[in-house]
Amino acid sequence: MKPDKHRPVVGIFKFASCDGCQLSLLDCEDELIAVAGAVEIRYFPEASRNIGKGPFDVAFVEGSITTHHDADRIQQVRRQSRLLVAMGACATAGGIQALRNWQDSGEYVRLIYAKPDYISTLKTSTPVAEHVPVDYELRGCPVQKAHFLEMVCALLTGRRPQLPSASLCIECKRKGNTCVLVTLGEPCLGPATQAGCGALCPSVGRACYGCFGPHENANAPALAKRLREDGMSEADLQRAFRTFNAWAWQFRKASEEVEAR
Amino acid sequence: MNATPSAAGPPAPAGAAKIHVETIARVEGEGALHVRLKGGRIQDLRLEIPEPPRLFEAFLRGRRAEEAVDITARICGICPFAYQMSAAHAVERAWGIAIDPQVRALRRLFYCGEWIESHALHIYLLHAPDFLGYQDAFEMAAKLRPEVERALRLKKLGNTIMRVLGGREIHPVSVRVGGFYRVPTKSELAPLAEELKWALEASRQTALLVKTLPFPDFQQDYEFVALSHPDEYPLNEGRIVSSLGVDLDAAEFEDNFVEQHVRHSNALHSVVRERGSYLTGPLARFNLNYAKLPEVALETARACGLEPPVRNPFRSIVVRAVELVFACAEALRVIEQYEPPAAPCAPYERRAGTGMAATEAPRGLLYHRYTIDGTGLILASKIVPPTAQNLKRIEDDLWRYLPQVLSERWDAPVEEITWRAEQAIRNYDPCISCATHFLRVRVTHEE
Repeated sequence: MKPDKHRPVVGIFKFASCDGCQLSLLDCEDELIAVAGAVEIRYFPEASRNIGKGPFDVAFVEGSITTHHDADRIQQVRRQSRLLVAMGACATAGGIQALRNWQDSGEYVRLIYAKPDYISTLKTSTPVAEHVPVDYELRGCPVQKAHFLEMVCALLTGRRPQLPSASLCIECKRKGNTCVLVTLGEPCLGPATQAGCGALCPSVGRACYGCFGPHENANAPALAKRLREDGMSEADLQRAFRTFNAWAWQFRKASEEVEAR
Repeated sequence: MNATPSAAGPPAPAGAAKIHVETIARVEGEGALHVRLKGGRIQDLRLEIPEPPRLFEAFLRGRRAEEAVDITARICGICPFAYQMSAAHAVERAWGIAIDPQVRALRRLFYCGEWIESHALHIYLLHAPDFLGYQDAFEMAAKLRPEVERALRLKKLGNTIMRVLGGREIHPVSVRVGGFYRVPTKSELAPLAEELKWALEASRQTALLVKTLPFPDFQQDYEFVALSHPDEYPLNEGRIVSSLGVDLDAAEFEDNFVEQHVRHSNALHSVVRERGSYLTGPLARFNLNYAKLPEVALETARACGLEPPVRNPFRSIVVRAVELVFACAEALRVIEQYEPPAAPCAPYERRAGTGMAATEAPRGLLYHRYTIDGTGLILASKIVPPTAQNLKRIEDDLWRYLPQVLSERWDAPVEEITWRAEQAIRNYDPCISCATHFLRVRVTHEE
């Protein structure tokens, strides 16, 4: 282990989210103590009362930006951090709470809260990259802990992290799964979704619901056409693209095209 | 550390001070506590939830009822399965779906996995450091390496159970209305049994260890609320009962438990109608269901000197350890008796209706209601997470506990009062990220 002063300083920051991505870090049961020794975890309120100040070598950011306060806070996090890693569907795509982006969020608030004036919230839920430059993205709802560990190893050795970028179909083929879309006729988002989960849903005979978000070259409109031919209704198509990565541009565009029909 | 004495300079006694804990550490989600003290008395105390509202109940409208299982899991990464279960049961009740007994048993096993993971995390990594004076488990690991390793191994087993059944531990993918997408074979479950046998003993050791922690002398008259089932310690099913005589079906929950907008806290607080705050979670379950614990858990409870009613919230850490013993024993029982069901999922028809259900998340009762139209779309929903139900009770504890701390030592430094307050909050293992309808709070300070 390197001497203390050379250990990279890490901060784990939370915005609007379920905490699942941070918990994935604590779920690295076999590696947790080693990671805590190899880096200096200076800011991780979910795990520690020691709340230290920046600058940070790397900030892992969970959650989307949904309030004025958080819009300011993400700027502060960026200013203090050499690298910023957006972690999970909320941070990379706005999360499920981005469904408000197509609605009147004032009405949403009135629906739930007795005294809507006390609620201070933005009209939209947006990914971190809409506010500050992001260096790396860890996809998924939640992230894969292996990807987090890869990120830490890359940081420690000064190389680029090797993260999946192909479509989910590649993982299904490698596992030898029966194709959920072609053979079972289920509305699978796999062809447009980024690999990384290990094809979890097709492995239990279920259509992928896209929780890792669109991959770089996703052709969502072509997938929509295919699903339509298989008998999926326009409303179901729109819902399929509007889940945990609804605001990711490929899914967003596809769902808006469906809506416009 | 954010405690700020009102006067500048060296640590001031807390006799007259404002305590602001801007970020309560080692809880899931974000909370803030504000206490104003004057002459050793509390002038004002507010547990605030700055966690941004995510408006789940609003965007669930117009979604397919089946989607509630996956969508509401995202309310909480710590107890996603609890959300999946309350959602699935509520929709199954709306649609009159009968669940295969082996599917029911698998859901209990799944829930045990979530309890083991969550309880091991909270006991060792989040709560024990308070009693022992460590800032976190990393610091604790330097001195108590074998104990922290035991915690991680227990936690890992809980996660492994969830992964075997659900594909992944956070937001599992196999759960659906009517059952599962896929159920495990007997030989997939069998290897878990060996590790569970170790875990059963490790859980007993955990209980015997945490019972020796220093507990403040603090007893409260709580109204305990938990599920109660005639034959088993409650997880998925049962009537909602309380220590003051509530006894009702989940469908009657909203007639008896209401959410109040309390001015001083600006947060929605659940109360028993016309009575007040109540406590849900391990203490309530233990006190109301003691007799249904398996013998090995009862033995452990006796060895720890626990007898219902346990009214000291700090001893919840011991009760959690007893529940850990229960969860390991129950998981073993299910695995030993498991026969794969004829079909992983019951057939069903979508129809108009309303369904309510409550299940026992690791940190307490979790209530869901869905009103569904004839095509299976959600018209309205309501979700009452356990921490929303405990929030008022946590504040009530602090109103009584902090004066006790001050009366024992009137010149206690602000730092110490702050830590004691945090510890009292962590008694409840609050999971504030389930901020489905907590209010964002505007902070004002009076001089």
